[in-house]
Amino acid sequence: MAYAAGVDVGSTQTKAVVINEAQEIVGRALTDTGANVMRAAQTAFAEALANGDIEEEEVEFVVGTGYGRYKVTFGNTQVTEISCHGRGAVHMFPGTRTVLDMGGQDTKAIRVQPSGEIVDFCMNDKCAAGTGRFLGAAAVALDLPLAELGPTALRGEKAVKISTTCTVFAESEVLSWLGKGKKTEDILLGVHESIAARSIGLLRRVGVEEQVTFTGGVTKNQAMVATLNKRLGVQVNTGEDAHFMGALGAALFALDRIIAARAPARTHGSVA
Amino acid sequence: MTVTAGIDIGSTYTKAVLAGEDGTILGRAMEPTGYKLAGAAERAFTQALEASGLARGDVAYVVATGFGRHQTAIGDVQVTDLTAAARGTTHFFPGTRTILDVGGQTMKASRIGANAKVQSFRLNDKCAAGTGAFLEKTARYMGYSTTEIGPLVATSKAPVPISGVCAVFAESEVINQLSEGAAPADIMHGAIASLVDRSVQLMKRVQMEPEFTLIGGILRFERMAGVVRDALGAEVNVPPGDLVQFTSAFGAALLGQRRLRRLADDAARGTVAAA
Repeated sequence: MAYAAGVDVGSTQTKAVVINEAQEIVGRALTDTGANVMRAAQTAFAEALANGDIEEEEVEFVVGTGYGRYKVTFGNTQVTEISCHGRGAVHMFPGTRTVLDMGGQDTKAIRVQPSGEIVDFCMNDKCAAGTGRFLGAAAVALDLPLAELGPTALRGEKAVKISTTCTVFAESEVLSWLGKGKKTEDILLGVHESIAARSIGLLRRVGVEEQVTFTGGVTKNQAMVATLNKRLGVQVNTGEDAHFMGALGAALFALDRIIAARAPARTHGSVA
Repeated sequence: MTVTAGIDIGSTYTKAVLAGEDGTILGRAMEPTGYKLAGAAERAFTQALEASGLARGDVAYVVATGFGRHQTAIGDVQVTDLTAAARGTTHFFPGTRTILDVGGQTMKASRIGANAKVQSFRLNDKCAAGTGAFLEKTARYMGYSTTEIGPLVATSKAPVPISGVCAVFAESEVINQLSEGAAPADIMHGAIASLVDRSVQLMKRVQMEPEFTLIGGILRFERMAGVVRDALGAEVNVPPGDLVQFTSAFGAALLGQRRLRRLADDAARGTVAAA
């Protein structure tokens, strides 16, 4: 049995997925990207192999993706994260037509064909507003661990309107609302609303077509899922493995290569 | 002597200046603004009074300015920071036609007429990349505090290119540059250059004309003025010493003096009319 792997080197975290020929995930791992991008890629890959109890030699093809894909030095090729998220999302949720990928430093809206092919995409490329970092700034300002943000926001009843766009200024705004006596949960609900509003702005630019699949690290935040559902008026697809969607897509591309290499050589254009 | 006070409640610091009729500065003080704006304004005012040896009763008129001017009870009147900056700037440099004011969380460019009236202005109000917060973040990513920025950048030989599109994204850029062996001083210089690029864009949008005068807390980093001068290819005025940070508060105090003179004139005319 041959295996294929995808390594998604994101701005904040690096994800690795190993799949078998039946396109099932058999190993996965996650590590912080940090400053040494190359090492993060190696660590994630090694841990995904260990997680699936697979030897490195059994993996026939590795695709690197994410902003640090060219640092996946052991990878056989690279594919953009846009293609990988589209591919992974359609594989996991075949009805997917629109993908929202929310990561640590960027948010992307992608529209795909039923085949997973990309029709259009757009992303925040100049500004950290509307990304995971906005949540990170709120977590720092409120002195809460990231994992507490979602559960706390879900207890909010009346969202505080966050007026600043910039992540840096939002940190001060959160503190000033606290100073004015607003409840932490209501401020956080407002922070989630603000990020959702910006993401939906991105989605509208590519056109929202159902079903919508939500991928990336922020999918673990239940309040973000709930806020998106409410503001979009549709239930987004997401799940445990949504964080690994880019790596999964990369692994699927790797599997394509393995299968293509096995097919008998064709003789296109030859005059028989 | 008639004394007036100008209190500039800025996004990062609150400044208070006491001025006499002839425009002499009698006392000044600065306090971090924090989240309790009224408290900061009160403290800055009290300290300026202490510095001048005056009592509150000696101050005939108080003018508040800056982003927090409406959120404090202090002041007999409020004026916009652009008006106050225009007044303070032209006191030092009467030929000023374009003002660039770079503070902790704001950047403002304005073009003024010969009468110190604001004719056009642009603000950078949505994004920290064009403000002191960008420099502060850049410094912090490298383990330096805000107060160390000036001495650090003074040692730079050449700027390292920093894209400066986002104060948050600058973190990865700074880390990459450091790992490639760039000196922190040169990275800081690069951050200032990118901030200046943004300033020049803003100044172009108000159709800048010489003379150019630079004010605001960020101008206390001496390198900043030099980088602006190079970018504009023109001489720039900078108020002396720490007055760069007090120009708007001083302008507000001067506007207070003018207001008192007008009130006195009106009163005199009223008396004549009544007689």
